[in-house]
Amino acid sequence: MPDQATITELEQTALQLRVNILKMLNTANSGHTGGSLSAIDALTALFFHEMRHDPGNPRWDGRDHFVLSKGHAAPALYACLAEAGYFPPEDLKTLRRLGSHLQGHPDMKKTPGVEVCTGSLGQGLSQAIGLALAARLAKREARTYVLLGDGEMQEGQVWEAAMAAPHYGLDNLCAIVDANALQIDGEVAKVMGVAPLGPKFLAFNWHVLEVDGHDICALLQALADAKQTKGKPTMIIARTVKGKGVPFFEHKASYHGVPPSDQELVDALALLGHA
Amino acid sequence: MIATRDAYGKTLLELGRENPRIVVLDADLSGSTKTGIFAKEFPERFFNVGIAEANMVGIAAGLAAGGMIPFASTFAVFASGRAFEQIRQSLAYPGLPVNIVATHGGITVGEDGGSHQSVEDLAIMRSLPNMTVLCPADGPETSAAIRAIAGYKGPVYVRLGRAKVPVVFPNGCDFTIGKGVTLRPGSDMTFVTTGLMTAQALEAAVILETAGISARVVHMASLKPFDVDLLLQAARETGAIVTAEEHSVIGGLGGVVCETLAEGCPVPVERVGLRDVFGQSGTAEELLIHYGLTPGHLVEAAQRVLRRK
Repeated sequence: MPDQATITELEQTALQLRVNILKMLNTANSGHTGGSLSAIDALTALFFHEMRHDPGNPRWDGRDHFVLSKGHAAPALYACLAEAGYFPPEDLKTLRRLGSHLQGHPDMKKTPGVEVCTGSLGQGLSQAIGLALAARLAKREARTYVLLGDGEMQEGQVWEAAMAAPHYGLDNLCAIVDANALQIDGEVAKVMGVAPLGPKFLAFNWHVLEVDGHDICALLQALADAKQTKGKPTMIIARTVKGKGVPFFEHKASYHGVPPSDQELVDALALLGHA
Repeated sequence: MIATRDAYGKTLLELGRENPRIVVLDADLSGSTKTGIFAKEFPERFFNVGIAEANMVGIAAGLAAGGMIPFASTFAVFASGRAFEQIRQSLAYPGLPVNIVATHGGITVGEDGGSHQSVEDLAIMRSLPNMTVLCPADGPETSAAIRAIAGYKGPVYVRLGRAKVPVVFPNGCDFTIGKGVTLRPGSDMTFVTTGLMTAQALEAAVILETAGISARVVHMASLKPFDVDLLLQAARETGAIVTAEEHSVIGGLGGVVCETLAEGCPVPVERVGLRDVFGQSGTAEELLIHYGLTPGHLVEAAQRVLRRK
């Protein structure tokens, strides 16, 4: 059980990261707000508690791997990487600018701490399987984490990969679905339903956990559970709210790919206690 | 006569014995692509992903990012078509060193018909930034090419064939990515060829010699990077070019030759290949005749281009 002090500290970190995400998106005047805010608590749990990594040595052999399959949540990833010390926080102001190492979607060749290239949906789980297999072949202890979106589950390749990970018995692989129930065109359930996700992955022979994706304690417990699971990969279905933390963004598909305006930023920071 | 895929399977096994970082992936075609030879000796380094090419490419990307040297194989039509966007996003965009070795390229797939005969794969792969595209002529050159790409810095697409083809190169020949080879000197015109059409052009050159025509044969296994200097030299020295490929005349060898000559040394060109059509069922031999890919057709193309000189 993680102690309360740890959880409180992580919650404070997640709050700061939300602020940084909103500021960088506002400065860029472009990018994906809703899905970055829904994913940030899971990313906080990974980058600031669960994963072994060394910001001073991004290619450290003993590191765990993280793949952001829903690459449009890049602002959430960049916020974590900057906070952890992979690059200076000032760089966040260059998001999506010409020549920036912070591309619209994650680019392993440009950004320290980014493991693979994602952005075209449905490919990250396959890449994560490859990383997990490579670690196993090289007899490295490394674990591989991958974050997907629930709308992304509509991509056929996800299910090819869903078959493969348990087939290879990859217990060093842990996938998390940021299940915020919304995609660009509206509700996932209305656009093309993917429910029930839990039974689907159970049927594909995964170890499946469902948690409140904004409950840091629950996330840490699920990640610990995943680490102890032998012989199969774990899928954590994190129930989340798109736009979480900023009430006027919450549950709104319209804020999928829209940055906060100047006024919205002021209002949002006030609501987050960072006016 | 040896099929390029057989040379691939044998070389892969040798590489596997030499380097523990070599890993191989296949999508339920390991008997046909010959990766099964590697699989038998190194089951722990072989991943048959089932009939799921997109996932295969993604896993290969992850393996490369994790420090392995992956070779991923399936038929050319599936590698370049079904998994195109995975190759683009997961391999070419980051420039990850994954070798896509596609067998059953072109019409010599034969009886399976047009659905299984890729006539566009070289064009598709050539269009991707960071990609290297190779199409060896025979078994020995395939072995050399496979050795050359193991440990190469970026993604590579290699097109191999199903059918047995004549041997052009000696065993143990060299292979340099980006370099062409002049296989026969000549001064009146040049055949610029790739894959199994190189052997056809060498035959055509012999026929032309009896008619008093001196035909050069330049083999270009490396479609990208392309040996621009060797092509321009042939164009300057012989003044007429015939390209020959077991592929559409659009975007492959004919494409790169015309693009290069238009900028560097405009001379008459005849392109021999599939004229913007799909293939069909038949034996490999019948199909080469039907689609105009024989030494006789190359002789006619040479005569046409000489009239335009």
